[in-house]
Amino acid sequence: MAEINLLEAIRQGIDEMMAHDPGVFILGEDVGKRGGVFRVTEGLMDKYGAQRVIDSPLAESVIVGACIGAALNDTRPIAEIQFADFIHPAFNQIVSEAARMRYRSNGDWGVPLVIRAPYGGGIHGALYHSQSIEAFFAHVPGLKVVAPSTPYDAKGLIKSAIEDPDPVLFLEHKKTYRLIKGQVPDHDYRVPIGKAEVKRPGDDITLIAYGLMLHFCLEAAQVLAGDGVSVEVLDLRSLRPLDTEAILGSVRKTGKALVVHEDNLTGGFGGEISALISEHAFEHLDGPVMRLAGPDVPAMPFAKPLEDAFMPSPEKIVAALRKLAAY
Amino acid sequence: MNDTILDIYTRMLRIRRFEEQVGKLFSQGQLPGFVHLYIGEEGVGAGVCAALRTDDYIVSTHRGHGHFIAKGGDLNAIMAELFGKATGCCKGKGGSMHVADVSIGMLGACGIVGGGLPMASGAALSARLRGTDQVAVTFFGDGASNEGSFHETLNLASALKLPVLFVCENNQYGEFTPADKAMNIKDVADRAGSYGIPGVIVDGTDALAVYDVTTAAVARARRGEGPTLIEAKTHRRSGHAEGEEAFLAGQQYRSEDEKAAAQAKDPILVLRSTIIKQEIATAEQLDELDRDVTQAVAEAVAFARASADPAVETLYEDCWI
Repeated sequence: MAEINLLEAIRQGIDEMMAHDPGVFILGEDVGKRGGVFRVTEGLMDKYGAQRVIDSPLAESVIVGACIGAALNDTRPIAEIQFADFIHPAFNQIVSEAARMRYRSNGDWGVPLVIRAPYGGGIHGALYHSQSIEAFFAHVPGLKVVAPSTPYDAKGLIKSAIEDPDPVLFLEHKKTYRLIKGQVPDHDYRVPIGKAEVKRPGDDITLIAYGLMLHFCLEAAQVLAGDGVSVEVLDLRSLRPLDTEAILGSVRKTGKALVVHEDNLTGGFGGEISALISEHAFEHLDGPVMRLAGPDVPAMPFAKPLEDAFMPSPEKIVAALRKLAAY
Repeated sequence: MNDTILDIYTRMLRIRRFEEQVGKLFSQGQLPGFVHLYIGEEGVGAGVCAALRTDDYIVSTHRGHGHFIAKGGDLNAIMAELFGKATGCCKGKGGSMHVADVSIGMLGACGIVGGGLPMASGAALSARLRGTDQVAVTFFGDGASNEGSFHETLNLASALKLPVLFVCENNQYGEFTPADKAMNIKDVADRAGSYGIPGVIVDGTDALAVYDVTTAAVARARRGEGPTLIEAKTHRRSGHAEGEEAFLAGQQYRSEDEKAAAQAKDPILVLRSTIIKQEIATAEQLDELDRDVTQAVAEAVAFARASADPAVETLYEDCWI
């Protein structure tokens, strides 16, 4: 076991898969010589060569599109989108091509592609370097969407994503990269896609999150314990496929649920979870399914007071939990 | 013409002293977020904008401070924006990568590479629909010329003969990757031929040459003859972003020779010596101008520091919910 940060966990996972399978390669902006702007791919070009760690032009549509074509032909590409905010030119390739290929080819062609994208705010990135994009993509059948919150999960999930026969959008909260550290075993392991995990057991309220928000939720749950309220924190880890049984099982036990995400509220992923609980656990509920999310404003602003006001925080989660506990 | 030359020089100097101050503030940890400096590229922004009217439009990039200032933007307003203050040109919402001032035709910097080109063609289209002779200019880098939006926009603008200028600031790097690793041609201007428009190469460190080619392209656009692609060869004296050394961890992506060559072709020193040689102004007069500009930048910093943070309620302003 070694303690590493989330960024190192992703790098290790990719490194081990590249060592194991010569078909794994990376294509993205400044991923090679520079090792990526966040340095996730640092050292991999030296180790595996410029044929397998490829610096691309600034052109997101073809970064993803070329990886789709390669994935169709016995390789396992990892496309890096430098910031999730830059993914939109590639939307068509991801949604119209990658996600539909297996279905339209009668199952003949899968697209074993991983698209990595650093997302989220809290780093003064302002309008174009702070976005959460999960709701756009979790809507798309055929595409898997993963958002780990710990180094252990990140390493296990990146390996599962690389091995997966279908396209996976791998979302990395950029604020967790160096902030979140944890133990990662030395042996080879996987974390399965589509499986949530209870990160803190509890009986009174189910608190559901992923990515950076999971850590804020753990802090808030600790505060509520002081109030005598036992909060169960469920880390979704995958948004699609969604571990519906884990969500419903927890809510049937606690009778109350709060979903937290940084992405804005309306049309956000919390609405899907709320609908799921209402439809399938209605008779177990002791209060409304609540959502705490980013506000419905067009972007995360630059100024610190405004960014703070946009981001959900442990304090805001505590307030929402207390409101829910009062039901 | 002498007034024009001094005007261009003043614009360049305002950019340079502003950017130097911003670099210093960033290194002292006084500016949050990401900052991309325009030092070394002033000849392009100043030469282009001096050839425009206030009611002409520009669309900028993530490296946009210079364009804002060259178009006549207020130093206090942009400095306050970089500090995220309520008095900033975007009330603190935008920050460095998103400076804008519609009143001077500066439609905005854009944090997405290639994001500005299509909008510039739209601004040009609006001028035609409204029956004015305004032109629109979009600045972008060599890296953006590999984005789909570049190709889509050049084609549309050419097909519709729109009054738009495409100004490629070829500073030879797309972020950290040399341009010659990202494209298999030497000159971005060559791409103009594919779209049936003129492609002009100019030395971006020669502001007067930039002014001349822009003046010709603007006249052509105003005559209704369509767009021009101008490729200004220039140098990015700073890094891609300030503070990158910490992330580069000692890694060098530019040689010392290359950096020295860029220093030697400083656009401000080039124009300064022209001005003195042609006796348009004396060295003493230029030094006095420099002192005035430096003072204005210092005042902008003081203004930004003294300004209030935006009120939290403004998160919900300038949008509908």
